[in-house]
Amino acid sequence: MPTKTCCPEGPIGSDNLVWDEPEKRAELETYIDGLALTDDPEKNRGFLIQCLHRAQSIFTYLPESVQLFVADKLKLHLSEVYGVISFYSYFTDQPVGKYRINVCTGTACFVKGAGKILEEFQRHLGIDEGQTSDDLRFSLGGLRCVGACSLAPVVMVNDKVYGNVTTKMVLDIIDACE
Amino acid sequence: MIKTAEQLKSRRETASSQSGPNVKKRVVVSMGTCGIAAGTGDVLTALRQAVDSKGLGESVEIMETGCMGLCHSEPSIEVIDVTAKTSTIYGKVTPQQVDAILDDHTHAATLSSIPRTWYYPEDEANTHNALQARVVLRNSGNIDPESIDSYIAVGGYTGLAKALTEMTPAEVVQVVKESGLRGRGGGGFPTGVKWEFAAKQKAERKYVICNADEGDPGAFMDRAVLEGDPHAVLEAMTITGYAIGSATGVIYIRAEYPLAIKRLERAIAQARDNGLLGERLFGTDFSFDIDIKYGAGAFVCGEETALIHSIEGKRGEPTFKPPYPAIDGLWHQPTIVNNVETYANVCAILRKGAEWFTGIGVEGCPGTKVFALAGKINKVGLVEVPMGTTLKDIIFGVGDGIKDGKAFKAVQTGGPSGGCIKADQLDTPITYESLKTLGSMMGSGGMIVMDEDDCMVDVAKFFLDFTLDESCGKCTPCRIGNKRLHEMLEAICNGKADTGTLPKLRNLAATIKDTALCGLGQTSPNPVLSTMNQFPEEYQQHIHEHKCSAGVCRNLISYTINDKCVGCTLCARQCPVSCIDGERKEKHVINQAACIKCGVCYDTCKFHAIDRV
Repeated sequence: MPTKTCCPEGPIGSDNLVWDEPEKRAELETYIDGLALTDDPEKNRGFLIQCLHRAQSIFTYLPESVQLFVADKLKLHLSEVYGVISFYSYFTDQPVGKYRINVCTGTACFVKGAGKILEEFQRHLGIDEGQTSDDLRFSLGGLRCVGACSLAPVVMVNDKVYGNVTTKMVLDIIDACE
Repeated sequence: MIKTAEQLKSRRETASSQSGPNVKKRVVVSMGTCGIAAGTGDVLTALRQAVDSKGLGESVEIMETGCMGLCHSEPSIEVIDVTAKTSTIYGKVTPQQVDAILDDHTHAATLSSIPRTWYYPEDEANTHNALQARVVLRNSGNIDPESIDSYIAVGGYTGLAKALTEMTPAEVVQVVKESGLRGRGGGGFPTGVKWEFAAKQKAERKYVICNADEGDPGAFMDRAVLEGDPHAVLEAMTITGYAIGSATGVIYIRAEYPLAIKRLERAIAQARDNGLLGERLFGTDFSFDIDIKYGAGAFVCGEETALIHSIEGKRGEPTFKPPYPAIDGLWHQPTIVNNVETYANVCAILRKGAEWFTGIGVEGCPGTKVFALAGKINKVGLVEVPMGTTLKDIIFGVGDGIKDGKAFKAVQTGGPSGGCIKADQLDTPITYESLKTLGSMMGSGGMIVMDEDDCMVDVAKFFLDFTLDESCGKCTPCRIGNKRLHEMLEAICNGKADTGTLPKLRNLAATIKDTALCGLGQTSPNPVLSTMNQFPEEYQQHIHEHKCSAGVCRNLISYTINDKCVGCTLCARQCPVSCIDGERKEKHVINQAACIKCGVCYDTCKFHAIDRV
């Protein structure tokens, strides 16, 4: 097991995810070790975003322990890694639900009534845009144009696309997640 | 490996005649993102199964292709009769119709075919009547984007071969300058001039970047090119590298475009395998390779300095220009940033010459422009028209008019940086300059059509919502100014504004335009200013009469039931908050205090018994 050089006194933060999941950690480590990294953090930084993409696809979100792991590997400060995660909307440091429901809020969907669809989801799920239900089943979010404007308004549940969505279809979409 | 122009030529000849000798019919299936979302995958599976079970493997060839642009008719497929040399495009195909497609055309009465002039203007007899012209989308929907041979068969990489073997870098720059090609990302800066800046720089390394971070909500033309014709982008970037003296290309693409990423990665691997990327291309001393970097969901990264910071692994915040990236860009080296659609033009210009390109479009604005036509329009789709085409021809010609016979109100171009154009301005020929005069801009090519049911104040608020969300927060005018603008619009929509609000709104909008750091901030008040100038009466109505005639702003409308009500109970059953009461077969009543004004009753009533005032 590799030593945690950046936090010698043991884990800090509220999670221990990266150490609880040795297989996932090994997968991420293999990926990062395959990159042309150097001792120069300035040069390593160019690889940061792709490392975070890979880390998020492995762990589904990026809690502090994962951030520390990546920072350590790339010889960057945790604050720099966190700065990047908080800037880009694709990255999240919060756990996401099993079903990620995203209502497209692009212009075409907006003029076709995406706002009402989003409200209907909020009403039925009892969570706001950007939130995850306590049982980690549903996350609700808005999404910028997926390019399926002919099907507007569009809702995506994980990778499945629902087109021409009406408020009446909202409950059916939620039921289909069961 | 292709090492000479001759080898490319012979490869093209083999690739062109690749179909088996017994192939009688080619079925081309449009597998772009929106096609797949509409169910093209199921149709493709059904087609494959039917071909197998009927034993048609030798006579029918199935080809997957990118977006044909026929978003209004997805899933769409094209059937080419190889012997008769005819082709028919079918729209809204279901898996059940697959048998009819594989039968003779005469049995295909159950299928709806699309008039070919919509899609294939160039091969029809009456080309002068065709509204569209395909330069950028020439291969999208025609070739298999996952096969390099398919691209070579239609003349792919001949532009690169010509540049490397017959021209000097300076001559390449000259051709692009003479063509008058301007940046299709929205700014409209002459591409050749930008290349010349970078070519003149003496530097250790130079970089060629492709901006594929298409973030404008409602624009998807770059995605269509990347999904339908990825090699065209690689070829053009290599040509750019040769012209400015760079050996490294980077494609910066949105992570939200998984299919485009997959096809680009495959195209890069194929180009490397065939010697069209890598060391000593076409036997010259010129080497070039391309890497992909992924965006992570930040609209501001479409701005070139922010994009460069993102590639360097930093927060995507823009910096002040000058220095321009052509002089001081990625890792402080001279860098060319062009957008996908711009690159897609480059190969065609190299192959056919500057004169051919200036023959399309209008003076000062040659070539074509791709628009993502969407909103309240009959034929939503990806359209490519010569510059100088009028908005009317696009909306009422190619787009076939407004949905459900409603009245046209406005068309929005330029996304969150653009503005709205009214009905009496639709005869304007489209150029970068004319749209600017109308208070809008070309932008990347989103074109959203709005009808009488859209409130222009609400539309302005929508775009500001977007800007607020996407502002990087580096400069104060954008971070705080837009927040204040948004609050004022919110007050107008809620009927809480007074006569002082409008002048304040205009003053602040002008200040943000003048003082924000980057393009995002400087153009963010445009949707507000443009709707204020074009639809002042709507703002006045909201403020003074507390009314929203489009019926969108909830705090300014109420729903009541009139005497046409027959007591069918439909609205009461549909109402999400159960605020409609009434006995069966008797007039119902809406409890105004509980009503959330969602409009479900208004939409569901079949007797026009609900009034919205």
